Amino acid sequence: MLRQPVKLELRGITKSFPGVLANDHIDLVVEPGEVHVLLGENGAGKTTLMNILYGLYHPDEGEILVNGAPVKFQSPSDAIRMGIGMVHQHFMLIPVFTVAENVMLGSELTRPFGLLDRGRARREVQRLGQEFGLPVDPDALVSSLSVGAQQRVEIVKALYRQAGVLILDEPTAVLTPQETEELLRVMESLKHAGRSLVFITHKLKEAMRVADRITVLRGGRVVGSTVPAKSTEAQLAAMMVGRAIRLGVERPPAKPGAVVLEVEGLTVRDARGQVAVDDVSFQVRAGEIVTVAGVQGNGQTELIRAIMGLDPVAAGHITAAGRDVTTSSPRETLASGVGHVPEDRVRDGLVSDLSVAENLVLDTYYLPPFARGLVLEPDEIRRNADERIREFDIRTPSASVQAGTLSGGNQQRVVVAREFSRPISLLIASQPTRGLDVGSIEYIHERIVKLRDQGDAVLIVSSDLDEVLALGDRISVMYRGRMEGPFDSGSATREEIGLMMAGTGSEAASAPPDAGRP
Amino acid sequence: MSENPDQKPGRNRAAAARDVIQSVIAPQSSIWSSVLVVVLAFVTALVVSAVFIVVSDPNVIQAPDLLTALNVAWQDVSGAYGGLLTGALGDPSTIIAKLSSGDAKVAASAFYPLSETVVAAAPLVFTGLAVALGFRAGLFNIGGEGQVIAGGLAAGFVGFSVHGLTGFVELPLALLAGFLVGMLWGFIPGLLKARTGAHEVITTIMLNYVAIYLTYYFLNTTLFQRPGRTDPISKVVDSAAMLPSLAALNLRVHAGALLAVAVAVAVYFLLWRTTLGFEFRAVGANPDASRAAGIGVGRVIVVAMSLSGGLAGLAGANIILGVQYSVTPGFSSGLGFDGITVALLGRGNPVGVVAAALLFGGLRAGAVQMQAATSTPVDIVQVIEALVIMFVAAPALIRAIFRLRAVRGIGAPTVSPGWGG
Repeated sequence: MLRQPVKLELRGITKSFPGVLANDHIDLVVEPGEVHVLLGENGAGKTTLMNILYGLYHPDEGEILVNGAPVKFQSPSDAIRMGIGMVHQHFMLIPVFTVAENVMLGSELTRPFGLLDRGRARREVQRLGQEFGLPVDPDALVSSLSVGAQQRVEIVKALYRQAGVLILDEPTAVLTPQETEELLRVMESLKHAGRSLVFITHKLKEAMRVADRITVLRGGRVVGSTVPAKSTEAQLAAMMVGRAIRLGVERPPAKPGAVVLEVEGLTVRDARGQVAVDDVSFQVRAGEIVTVAGVQGNGQTELIRAIMGLDPVAAGHITAAGRDVTTSSPRETLASGVGHVPEDRVRDGLVSDLSVAENLVLDTYYLPPFARGLVLEPDEIRRNADERIREFDIRTPSASVQAGTLSGGNQQRVVVAREFSRPISLLIASQPTRGLDVGSIEYIHERIVKLRDQGDAVLIVSSDLDEVLALGDRISVMYRGRMEGPFDSGSATREEIGLMMAGTGSEAASAPPDAGRP
Repeated sequence: MSENPDQKPGRNRAAAARDVIQSVIAPQSSIWSSVLVVVLAFVTALVVSAVFIVVSDPNVIQAPDLLTALNVAWQDVSGAYGGLLTGALGDPSTIIAKLSSGDAKVAASAFYPLSETVVAAAPLVFTGLAVALGFRAGLFNIGGEGQVIAGGLAAGFVGFSVHGLTGFVELPLALLAGFLVGMLWGFIPGLLKARTGAHEVITTIMLNYVAIYLTYYFLNTTLFQRPGRTDPISKVVDSAAMLPSLAALNLRVHAGALLAVAVAVAVYFLLWRTTLGFEFRAVGANPDASRAAGIGVGRVIVVAMSLSGGLAGLAGANIILGVQYSVTPGFSSGLGFDGITVALLGRGNPVGVVAAALLFGGLRAGAVQMQAATSTPVDIVQVIEALVIMFVAAPALIRAIFRLRAVRGIGAPTVSPGWGG
């Protein structure tokens, strides 16, 4: 169905927002049938550039050429007509519609009298799915699909509209390692079918793996363009951040002390009453980092929520910082010296509409010095904010701006600053660096290790295997509510852990719970 | 995320309701820009309403020629708006003449229009604050009407059934009764929401009917009904329970206005200077994060709804103890719903609420004068109010009409959002 291969050129694209020059004379050429990776930190201007290309923003300067001819996009429909498709970070799907309905939305096939031709749309979805390895059920409701499947629907939607150039905006940020792998394969098959892809990411491994050409953006400018064969991850990271960066974590051996978190036979049911955490037991000691690997949705979320008192415990016991917190409220658990970095910072970590200063005391606002009795002490809240902003290098115009206006990395720094600055003996962090740029990841990892070296116990849940391996003194894996491990970090290879994440590591996943614990 | 697909629809709906509220109380632009938009929205509303005034006058259509028609139209509009202004603030020359008359009563009557404006504004401040407080905590209290009625009933009851106390005791007692029973009317939907998730929009509106028909019931019992009357009207409250007024000077303005301002200050302090207000604002903007941070979301909902109901109850007490002195059916006359308008116009901010209440109070006081002076019906004021709100709700429209530069273009973030940012 591809009309023709598309060659896309951007010349001198400039776009400024009040106070920010988001794109500064950017030149970019995407050849037909190439995967062009746009690499850059959060705030480098990648998304702005792609929104210009997709007709959502209008450039202040510069021009876009499609197959050598200048074009002007007033809206995304112009871009779609010129064969440009986009898969946004946040999916643009209607949850209560089926896959086929979503795919045909905006370019509905009709039969006489304006009736929708769902049958043809369904067949087309199936055909595209088979051709490019994008299996989706055209009749499934989008709301019932996993994140990965929803993303496939977005891609099919773009292909259905005959996109010659497909823009993927940080597509792997929301995917599991397996889903990421599948997506990269799909990208390759699209490339071989003559389509061009613009792949926006800040993940170096993925960039190196699929790119034909890599363009690095920093501070709204193109700082370099290269091909994978001629560069290393370290070089790319340095280009992105503007300084040499350490990949991986420098971590002296742990000196474990007393048990700080003890979970015994913990069972948690989810909202539907299904067992989400199944008889899990483990310990975390002072001065060590225990990491929990696992594909999203295998009970890690429920495990942490139960420890924090956010979800009820169906069976078992939790002892944190010397106290039985099995039935404690979130406030009691937090107050007993547990720091919590929630998995979904936008939903659970921050109140976007409150100021940065207020978010920095979100769980301590009622304690002195931030409150005297029932009355807040704004000066103290403000002073605390200024200190945290300096200490954690939070990039914000001031402490009084709404937290939601910060970039993702800086929002996470707000959460981390808040939780790391309380007197805690146990840190629980879920997906602490998900979606963050290299600089922020490096920084947050350093802080976590520092916390450990100060003698705190640390529990990290991450679906990023690299992170699990880089941080964990002991590593465990969750699969279908069961936990394997924790094992000492040296005693399992990356491959073994990957297999355990897929549920094929050992007989442990199906054996009685005790068998899985070494 | 994907782990709880079955929770999504409910979450989305709740989040959507929150977005609506947040779009009102957390404007993306500076205070001055918001004020400018309100002023311009008001001007635009006056212009559009002028069209209605002109069209509704048969003399304009029947005029023999265009010039006459324009002349009549001009007289209609200037007469109506002139009357509105005079009724709300007074006529400058009359005010000067009255003030220089030397007689205290005549001088005081110069302030009659202002007094009427303040009298109309005071209860709007209370109900506006009630709705605004709810907005801050993420709650849409559209049960102000029922809470006003419940509060008024209670205040009136204390006012006419407790005797022998001085005003220093009986008045606060009656006000407290209004506040507490209003609170009860807010507590019920608050508790239902916290415990069962019942949406406050539905429960509060149903409790409006309960309050309305309870009034009819009570006003026909010997406990309430004025002796010798067969129509539903209560006894008259003791003078010790009345809000002190300047009645000696023939002005209706009473201490309720002072109370309204004091309460507005108290609400402001509560919201921005206390831990409870912090919890309200945090839960209102993001209950999930609030809960994760250890805030008892259910408790906050119950307390916020109760306080919101109490504030509306004070509006009822204010009417009964300050203006009517006895309870009649329909004494609330839509105050609870007007509170929504006032809270919207005031952007859910106590200062804004007082300003918006004064504006609407002025419009209402002026409307009476306008109808007396011209043939323009009072109802045009409702049209103006509605249009102001519509234009305020559509700041983009106002900015387009007046070619204002948007402080922040729609969808143009100051920082490129990262993942989930």
